[in-house]
Amino acid sequence: MKITLEHLTKKFRSKNKKDPNDVIAVNDFSYEIPEGKLIGLLGPSGCGKSTVLNLICGLEKPTSGRILFDGVDVSDVEPEHRGIGLVFQNYALYPHLNVYQNIIFPLQNLRGKDKLPKDVMDKKVMDAARLVQIEKYLERRPAELSGGQQQRVAIARALVKMPKALLLDEPLSNLDARLRLQTREELRRIQRETGITTIFVTHDQEEAMSISDYILVMNSGRLDQYGKPQDIYDDPKNLFVAKFLGTPPINVFEGSIKNKKLVIGEEETLDFDAPDRDVWAGIRPEAMIPDDAGAFGCELERIEVMGRDTSVVCRHPLCQAPTVRAIIAAEQAVGVKPPVARFTLKPSKVLVFDKNTEERIRPGAEAEDEK
Amino acid sequence: MKNKNLKAFLYLLPAILFLGVFMVYPLIDVLVYSFEEGYNSASQSFFGVGAYNYSYVLHDTYFLQALKNTFIIVIITVPVSTLLALLISLGLSSIKPLRNLFQTVYFLPYVTNTLAVGLVFMILFKKTAYTDGLVNLVIKAFGAGPIDFIDGPYWAKMFVMCFYTVWVVLPFKILILTSALASVKDDYYKAAKIDGTPKFRVFTKITLPMISPMIFYLVITGFIGAFKAYSDEVAIFGTDLNAAGMNTVVGYIYDMLYGDSGGYPSYASAAAIILFLIVFTVTVINLMISKRKTVY
Ligand SMILES: Nc1ncnc2c1ncn2[C@@H]1O[C@H](COP(=O)(O)OP(=O)(O)OP(=O)(O)O)[C@@H](O)[C@H]1O
Ligand SMILES: [Mg+2]
Repeated sequence: MKITLEHLTKKFRSKNKKDPNDVIAVNDFSYEIPEGKLIGLLGPSGCGKSTVLNLICGLEKPTSGRILFDGVDVSDVEPEHRGIGLVFQNYALYPHLNVYQNIIFPLQNLRGKDKLPKDVMDKKVMDAARLVQIEKYLERRPAELSGGQQQRVAIARALVKMPKALLLDEPLSNLDARLRLQTREELRRIQRETGITTIFVTHDQEEAMSISDYILVMNSGRLDQYGKPQDIYDDPKNLFVAKFLGTPPINVFEGSIKNKKLVIGEEETLDFDAPDRDVWAGIRPEAMIPDDAGAFGCELERIEVMGRDTSVVCRHPLCQAPTVRAIIAAEQAVGVKPPVARFTLKPSKVLVFDKNTEERIRPGAEAEDEK
Repeated sequence: MKNKNLKAFLYLLPAILFLGVFMVYPLIDVLVYSFEEGYNSASQSFFGVGAYNYSYVLHDTYFLQALKNTFIIVIITVPVSTLLALLISLGLSSIKPLRNLFQTVYFLPYVTNTLAVGLVFMILFKKTAYTDGLVNLVIKAFGAGPIDFIDGPYWAKMFVMCFYTVWVVLPFKILILTSALASVKDDYYKAAKIDGTPKFRVFTKITLPMISPMIFYLVITGFIGAFKAYSDEVAIFGTDLNAAGMNTVVGYIYDMLYGDSGGYPSYASAAAIILFLIVFTVTVINLMISKRKTVY
């Protein structure tokens, strides 16, 4: 099912009575969610991700704007008639019911002409349980399951009614690192097998990058950027998106453009075809290649080897963060010596942003920017 | 390991001593008295040992009346007050703006002295030479004759008694149940809503099981409390409960010890042991049912 969000806005009355300003949880959010894809909704805590999900499934009503399912306006349709499955962050499994009873619960709600015979319900439950691979635990209660198993039960319960879309609110945040990795692959597999349009919320960019077909990046209620994970990573629209994607995060320096060069401190690091101005220079950790004759130097602090990654940790007075981090190939580490590590920068991985608006500046686009 | 046990025991010692002296010893003592025939507390002497005290008590019409009263009060007030409290709590949790006001109103009897509440009930129900009482005025408005609730027929007195008992225990139960209802996480209701669960099914399949531990707690303590009823009866019918025909088992025990016809610790002990056995049996049955019904 295709879900269209049109200028969706949700305001909450402020809890603090003295503060007359409403909290704008979702601000003019427009996007068309394509059919059958896995969409990652990404953003920092409190940016309105859960609110977007609640608006789509109908638990909240929009202050303004419309929601369309396959072109039909459902803004005023009650949640139970929207046919959407929702998996809560803490799963919200009924603790007094066993796995089987939890999964069959939505089917037993059907009344009148929708009512299903017992054997059909049973078959649907078994199908859903098999899909998420929990058919061995049907007799157990949620408290007797691991976090990952509980999450799969919650997905089965959301899937058993064959919803037109599946929404998951931070489904992996309660799991430990290893289980997270495993479960997110599982999620991808289930989505592929069912072909259900799926939106999952996360504030972990790596999670979103690894399994989503498309990513939506939200920032304080607004949709900042959307697209394929790699496209957003390579070509972020503004400093916020650039900083939000990537581990370790992008290194951001105060700099300027002078005579078609990107200047950080005294060093002319790169050719950059744009008019003179003050900028933020974002350098991805993998953009820094050790080179004794390199144009960019940092005070070397230490070299860390973690698994297959070797990272060079440096200091630079103009960096926003206390340390600068470069990820390099292990064999290059021998060339890096104190006190100053020098690097050549890969132009494609250096992103430049306007100092004031924090919007991206692309090289060679000055004609447009000048206006 | 041994050392640790010793330490734990030492920490527990004051509590064990206290419980031993004030709970276990008296209990054993009562059991002993109940088998000593014709015990005299002044001379500390008795005629013999046997089940005579039990036989006397069980044939005493006052005791049988007290037992009957107690059972009626238990059987009527525990379910009625629990159900009423549940209904009121559900109402309170669904009307948010008025919740605080109502909580105060329903809680007033809890912070008010039992005897003061009893006095109010007297005024409401008692018939005097000057007035028939407020309740009778209402009944008369509907065209029925006045009923003497305090000195009148047995059912009228029992009605007042049960009414009063329910009234007194209600606030505590409402308090417990409203907080139990508030502690059910909103996510369960949201999940149910998305699945289109009918309201009644939400109540029976989600709300009720979730608060069932608290309901069982209220039923068990309610049973125990009702079996031990005494002061409420005094508040309404005065100290001569036998004459009013409204005595309870605890009232009977008290009368046997200190009342006008008192001075019979052996009979009192036998009655106390009988009450203990009844309460014990009922509580064990309750616990067994609640163990089977609640699972988390
Ligand atoms: N019922 C509500 N009443 C008032 N304000 C609310 C309500 N629900 C959410 N908000 C506010 O709206 C904003 C967005 O909340 P939301 O729960 O959507 O954030 P989120 O992106 O899901 O955050 P997190 O990652 O922490 O779950 C927050 O500032 C929050 O305080
Ligand atoms: Mg959230």
